[in-house]
Order: sequence, then C-alpha cells, then structure tokens
Amino acid sequence: MSAVQPVDWLAIAPPLVLALTAIIVLVADAFAGRTAVQLPSVLSLAGLLLAAWPAAALTGDTRSVFCLPQQRGAPPACSYTVETLTIGGWLVVLVGTTVVVLLSARAAMDSRVPLAEHHFLLLSSASGAMTLVAARDLVTLLVALEVVSLPAFALAGLKRGDRRSAEAALKFFLVSVVATAFTLLGVSFVYGATGSMHFSRIDAALQAGVDATPVASAGAVLTLVGLAFKVAAVPFHAWVPDVYVGSPVPVAAYLSVVSKAAGLVGLLLVLDRAFAAFSAAWQPLLAVVAAATMTTGNVLALRQQHAVRLLAWSSVAQAGFMLCPLAVLADVGDRAVLASMSYLLIYSVVNLGAFAVVAAMSRHRPAGRIEDYAGLVRREPWAGAGLAFALLCLAGLPPGVVGLFAKVVVFWVVVDGGLGWLAVVMAVNVAVGLAYYLRWIVVVVGPVRADDSAPAVPPALRAAIGATVTASVALSFAPGVVLQVLS
Amino acid sequence: MSWLLDVLVAVPAVGALLLAVWPRERAERQAPVVGVTVTALAFLLSLAVVPSVVGTAGMQLQTNVPWIPILDIRWHLGVDGISLPLVVLTALLTLLCMVSLLRGNAPAGGSVRGLVAVVLLLETGVLGTFLALDLVLFFVFFELVLVPMWFVVADWGDPHDVPGRRRAATVFLLMTVIGSAVMLAGFLLVYAHTGTFDMVALAQGRGSGMPAATQLVAALAIGLGFAVKSPLWPLHIWLPDAHAKAPTLGSVLLAGLLLKMGTYGFVRVWLPIVPEGARQVAPYLAVLAAVGIVYGSLACLAQTDLKRLVAYSSVGHMGFVLLGVATLRPVGVNGALVANIAHGLITGLLFFLVGALKDRHDTSDLVGLGRGLYGRSPRLGGVLALAAMASLGLPGLAGFWGEMLTLLGAFDPANGLSRPVFLVCMGLGGLGAVLTAVYFVRVLRLVAQGGPDAPVPARAGSWRPVSFDATAQELGVWSPLVALTVMVGLSPGLVLDVVDPAVRVLLGGSA
Repeated sequence: MSAVQPVDWLAIAPPLVLALTAIIVLVADAFAGRTAVQLPSVLSLAGLLLAAWPAAALTGDTRSVFCLPQQRGAPPACSYTVETLTIGGWLVVLVGTTVVVLLSARAAMDSRVPLAEHHFLLLSSASGAMTLVAARDLVTLLVALEVVSLPAFALAGLKRGDRRSAEAALKFFLVSVVATAFTLLGVSFVYGATGSMHFSRIDAALQAGVDATPVASAGAVLTLVGLAFKVAAVPFHAWVPDVYVGSPVPVAAYLSVVSKAAGLVGLLLVLDRAFAAFSAAWQPLLAVVAAATMTTGNVLALRQQHAVRLLAWSSVAQAGFMLCPLAVLADVGDRAVLASMSYLLIYSVVNLGAFAVVAAMSRHRPAGRIEDYAGLVRREPWAGAGLAFALLCLAGLPPGVVGLFAKVVVFWVVVDGGLGWLAVVMAVNVAVGLAYYLRWIVVVVGPVRADDSAPAVPPALRAAIGATVTASVALSFAPGVVLQVLS
Repeated sequence: MSWLLDVLVAVPAVGALLLAVWPRERAERQAPVVGVTVTALAFLLSLAVVPSVVGTAGMQLQTNVPWIPILDIRWHLGVDGISLPLVVLTALLTLLCMVSLLRGNAPAGGSVRGLVAVVLLLETGVLGTFLALDLVLFFVFFELVLVPMWFVVADWGDPHDVPGRRRAATVFLLMTVIGSAVMLAGFLLVYAHTGTFDMVALAQGRGSGMPAATQLVAALAIGLGFAVKSPLWPLHIWLPDAHAKAPTLGSVLLAGLLLKMGTYGFVRVWLPIVPEGARQVAPYLAVLAAVGIVYGSLACLAQTDLKRLVAYSSVGHMGFVLLGVATLRPVGVNGALVANIAHGLITGLLFFLVGALKDRHDTSDLVGLGRGLYGRSPRLGGVLALAAMASLGLPGLAGFWGEMLTLLGAFDPANGLSRPVFLVCMGLGGLGAVLTAVYFVRVLRLVAQGGPDAPVPARAGSWRPVSFDATAQELGVWSPLVALTVMVGLSPGLVLDVVDPAVRVLLGGSA
C-alpha cells in the first residue's frame, strides 16, 4: 500500500481552521493600523464560526484519520477520530473560546494586554484543545496537551509590567512542566509494556494480559497526572487560585472552561479507551480524588473575599463533580461519559456567565472583592441578575434548574455504580458550595453602597453575559437538550 | 381541564416574573396589590380543583408529558385526596400572607417587591411539590422553595439581630439541602431498580423489583430528606431559630406549608414506594416522633419567648403527624393528614397573632408583652385564646381530631410492627398532649389574663397606625383561619372524607 494516506480534510478542519486563524490574526495585526483595535476580535470570531461549520457537518458521523495499516488480529488503530464524544468536546471548546474572545474585546480588556498576541495565543491553545478531544493515541494526546498548555502560560503572563501576572505565568509553567514530565514517563512505561501508542491497541494488549503488569499499571496512573493537572484535580490543584487571580479575567475564564474541558475529555478517553482493563485499580482512586477535589475546593472557597479567587476554588470543586462519573466509568459505561460531559457543558455555560460579569466588574472595580458587587442588581439589572442566576446554577438549586439537572445526572450514575459513600460526600458538598455561592448572591441582590456608581458594561461583554445567561435560562426549562446534543 | 394544575403551578411564578419587570417606581407601592391579585387567582384555581377530587380515590386532572425524554423524566402533575387539602391550604395561607402586607404593613428589610416576588416563587414550589407525580419533578419543586425562604428569613427577618437571622436562614438551608440531596440519591436508587420515576406506577408497584435491603437503604435516604423538613427530633434544630428570626409571614409559611412538604413526602413517597423499607424503619420513626412530642412540649414549658414557644410547639405537633405516618394504618395516616392540615391552620394563625403582638410591643417576650391582653385588646386576646385552645387539642376544634386519630392508630399499628413499642409511643404522645395543655394555659395566664391595672409596656416603633386592638385588616386575615379551625373541629369529615379514599388506595387496603 502507498505510504501516503488520503487525509479526510473535513475531519481535521475544525482544529486546522483555528490554527490558521491564529496565524492570520497575528499577521493581520502587523499590517493593520493602530486604529483597527477590533480586528483581532472580529477575525477570531469569524475563525471560530468557520470552525464550527465543519464541526456541525460532522455531527452524527464517525470518521477516523491517520490510521495504522490493518494488522491481522489487532483492532484498527487511528490517531484521530471524530465521534460523538469529540463533537461534544468541540462544542465546549468552541463555545468557551467564543465567549472568551468576547470578553477579550478591547473595551473590556486590561489595556496592558497586547490584543493580537492574546488572540493568537488563545486560538492556538484552543486548536490544541480541539485536537486533544479527537486524539486517539498517546503521542497525539500529549502533543495536543502541550499545545493547549504552552500558549496558556504566555496568556497568563501577557499583562505587561504586572508582576503578579508574570509570577502567575511562571508558577503555572513550572507546575505544568512537572506534571507533563510525569505523563511522559507514564506514556513511556505504557509503551514499554504494551508496545503500542494507540488507545485501541493498548486496550487490546492490556485485556489480553501483558508480562509487566506493574509497569503498565504504574504507567497508566502516571499518564493521568498531566491530565489531572489540567482538570485541577486534587492534589494537582494548588496552582489554580494564584494563576487565575494573576491572569487577565478572560484568561482565567479560559483556563476554567476550555483548558479544564480538554483535561477532562483527555481523562475520559484514556480511561475509557486505553486503560479499561485496569478499572479495578483506577476507579477507587478516582473516587477518592473526586471526593477530595470537591471537598478541598468547596472548603477553601468558603472564606474567599476575592471574586476571581472564589471562582477559582469553585472551579476546583466543580471539577470534583465532573470526576465522579469517572469513578464508576467501567461499571456504568457510556452513561458515565454522558454524565461527565453534560456536567462539563452546563458548568461551562454558567461559569462563563459568572466570569463575564466578573470581567465587566473588573474594569469598574479592579480590586475585585465580593463586596464590590453590592447591589449590582440595582445598578446594572441584567448583569446582576445574570450573575445571581449563574451562581445559583453553579450551586445547583432551583430556579437554576440546569445546574440542579447537572448534579442529578452525576448523582444518578454514582448511585447506579453503587458508590453510596460518594453520593453522601456529594450531598454534603452541594450544601457547602451553596454556602459561598449564596453569600455572593446576597451581596449582589443586597443594598447598594452609597459611594458606588453603575459599572460601564461594554457591548461585547453585554453580548457575552446575554448569551450565556439566555442559554442557562433556556436550558433550565429544557435541560434534556444538553443530553440530546451530547448523545 | 387537565391544564388546570399546570396553570395553578404557573400563576404564582408568572406573577413573580411580572413583578421583576414591573417599573421600579411603581413596583414598591403596588407589589402587595399584585401579590394579592395573583394569590387570589391561585386560590380560586385551587378551589376549582375541589369538585374533581371530592368523592374520588385516584389521581385526578393529570398532565403527563415528557420533560427530559432521554432520562425518562416527565412533567407529571395530578391531585388526589391527600394533596388537595394541602393545595388549598397553600393557596389560602399565601393569599392571607399577601393580604397582611397591604396598607404598608410590610416587614422592615429589603424591598416589598422583592418580598412579594420571593413569596410567589415559594408558592409555586410548594404547590408543585404537592402536585408533582414524577420523583425528579417533585425534587425540583421541593428544592425550589429553599432559596426564596432563605431570603425571606435572611432579608426580612428579626430587625434586631441581623447576623442571627442570617445564621438561622443558612442553618435551615444547609440542613435541608443535605437532607434532600441524600433523598435524591434514594430516588435514584429506586429508579435503578424499578426503571421509572412515575410516582403513581411506583405506588402501584408497592416496591416490587426492589430487594428488601435496597428498600431499607432507599427508605433511610428518602426518609432523611423528609425528616429534616418535617422536622423529626433530633433533626429539628434548624426550626426554632428559623421560625423565631423569620418575619411573621415567613413563620406562617414555614410552619404552615414548608413543614407539610416533609410529612406529605412521607405519605406520598416513603409509605407506598418503599413499603418494605418503611416497615423496617417505622418503629424507629415512631419512637423519634414520640420523643419529639414530649421534647417539644418540655421545651415549650421552658421558653420565655412566645415566638420560640410556638415554634417548639410545631416540633410536638409534627411529632404527632409523624407518629401517625409510622403506624402504617389508614387510621393513623388519616389522623396524620388531618393533624397536618390542622397544624397548618392553627399554627399559621398563632404566628399571625404573635406577629401582631410583636408589631405592637416590639417584643415577643412572654413577660415583656405584659399581662391583661383580654382587657387591653379583647378581640386580639379572644382569638389568641381560641388558637391556643385549638392547638392544645380541645375537642370541637381542629387540633383534636388529628391527634386523637393518631393515638388511636398507635394503639393498633399495622401487622408486623411491634405493638408494645407503639403503645409506649402512644403513652408518650398522651403525655405530650397534656404538657401541651399546660404550656398553652401558662401562655394565656402570662399574656392574656390579668386585670386592666396591669402595666402596659411602652409602644415601640411608630410605623403602624395606633390601634391596640386588632385592625380590620388583621381580623380579615385571621377570620378565615378561625372559621376553618372551628369548621374542621366540628365536622372533621370535611377533611377526612376527602383524605380517606386516597389513603386507602395508597396503603393498598392493607388495613
């Protein structure tokens, strides 16, 4: 057979379009005049829209690209596959990045951030995330993971002349590199034990039984480290608050949604497709990690007075909920994947809503304390009501039905998987989370501070707030849509 | 007519939305009027439901359409004899609360518009809970009341103790949320074994498909959620503070409606859906309920604050209701449901009265209120005496029948339950009833009796029109409750005849 494979361009179009758009943004800015401040935003939005088109066209299809030659007795091995799970991941990445681009409009952004570079890095990282959710071998996964991470370090440190921003970037970089090193080590162990990089072949080898089981299982666990770092699961969560606070707000939103989504889908893929044979080993481990993650995040969020820091810890806690279905993945099967993905999608929408309001307020009140939101509902009714609703959804209480629904779905698979103790931990955590979300909501709907003026919300932010809040309200009436989209 | 229940549930929520977008300048003034209009409409709708239910045993006026098809969750509403009295009570009490807000009589705190809006949202939640026939839908409505109630207590509660009312509201919320999240796990466990959330189908199935061990776990998990809400001793610890710190209308709604959601859940979900588990848990429930009866009464004897006293009396009364449920017999369950309604009427009235006293004297301290209420304001004193008598279970008033039937049920519990245990519980219940009489008589002696020469405490606060005796508005709010208390007392069949057929269907004629 020929050494050159035909490439299914449609299947690889979504990440490719984003990568090309990233370059175009950078080049166009170099030629455009200083007045064209909207150019990066407009080009990025156009690119995202263009990437969504092939993604939509692929919905319902299963297509694989970059496959190994068929071997007798071995399962087909491809490096890149578009399927339902991929489309779900793409949806989160595209929606997330679009909102982040809106949050990064000139009028909304810290003026010390160079916009073209910011958008270039953002789209590069997003193209990595797009690739990651389609990756079906460890090398592609790892490279994609690094494509997500490397621009993200720069994004975090892009605020010129801000020491905190630089510190955040450095911290983020160092911890991330260590995590990646672990993953690399794991990958090499797995390769050594199974002789393959493709998920399907690793799975087949492990199911059949390998000689060096300890090496393979150690490799499997180590491989998870880098992904757990992206998800911000305990014990790889410590970087989150400082990095979120040091970065520009849109970057924090990006890290909490798109980057986390990439990590979560990566975990789902690796566990479900490659390491299913070791489920007896990693399922209890993930149950403990999930419980520890949500508890740590919630408890540490309780005392936070800083809006972004609170959202940072809350995002750690929410990651814990997303991980719960993974603890019963092998027992419950596809429904666990669906539960995790629905939680991710719903969390992404409502969390972006909260971040959009925080971005609007960060121009008005740079200190970003919770008390600065006093009476926001009266000063700026839509932003205030939107934030209150988003927080209710994050807490998972009606009228934020969509958030409740996300929790119900996760409870469901956990109960189905027979992990009663995890369900109880989740129940307690729902209550703890409620305590701090409610504290913020009270401030938002409470009395106005006398010396305060209404924040000026730029149109791009209005669009971001409006879109996310409308989506969360609509999904509260018909939460089933989330599942229909993802399955 | 199957749209009737959908409209009933939607009306208050639409009213709340309407208020949210009402022009700001006018909203503050007009909010109570809007509230009264909306709740009156809901009340009329609830009355319109009555004819279709009376004389029937099964579910009426059902709506059943898919809501989240992929998960088999349905928008399934329906009403029967068990839910109907509670639905009417809900609509009535909310209407009365709204009327009490008219003429600028809103509690100090946030905006009146906000208060009316959250109460309307709360009404939707309560009505939905009583009407939902899908476990997940039930759960959603069950949770919907929490945030509004939190705001009612935290923002419009006791003006003298801002951190205290916040804390009380938060303790209420967190305890309930933990309980109901565990309850959700129980629901999902039921689904895992039966493959349906349909409460009608599950009740007909009588727990088939679930092994005994599963039923036990499910009964414990589900029972926990309802036990916190009801509340069952020792999970009542959120209740005294929440009631005491809430504004008058908050206490009325908490005692009159929210507690009922717990007991209703026991009857609607716990009894028929996990019967085997319920059978195993019932003796423990009965003992805790009986302890609650005595504990509540003893705590009342020790109270120096009238509002806290009424709150603790709820623990005792709800103990009777739970004891009745635990007998697993139609007599006991009927008694529980009648006691449930009676408690809603009487304690709602008592909280209105305490609120009226508190408005006048700016305190609800038993001694600080001063003596001689009969002399100072005969109408207020008279209604208070009537409510106290009703609450202590005087025959001829609503409080009597429920508790009598409950104790009767405990005398002869369902087969398979330990009779001696229930006899002890009955004895404890009787003791509690006596103690209840003691503390209410003490209240009347301390507050109502005494000569006209008794010192009159200085009036505090000047935002009320000067009038010591009950105003026409107050009498208008109280009189429906007084009338119903007397009517149900004289003719318990009013409630019993509606409730009984449905209870027999629910218990599957196991009597």
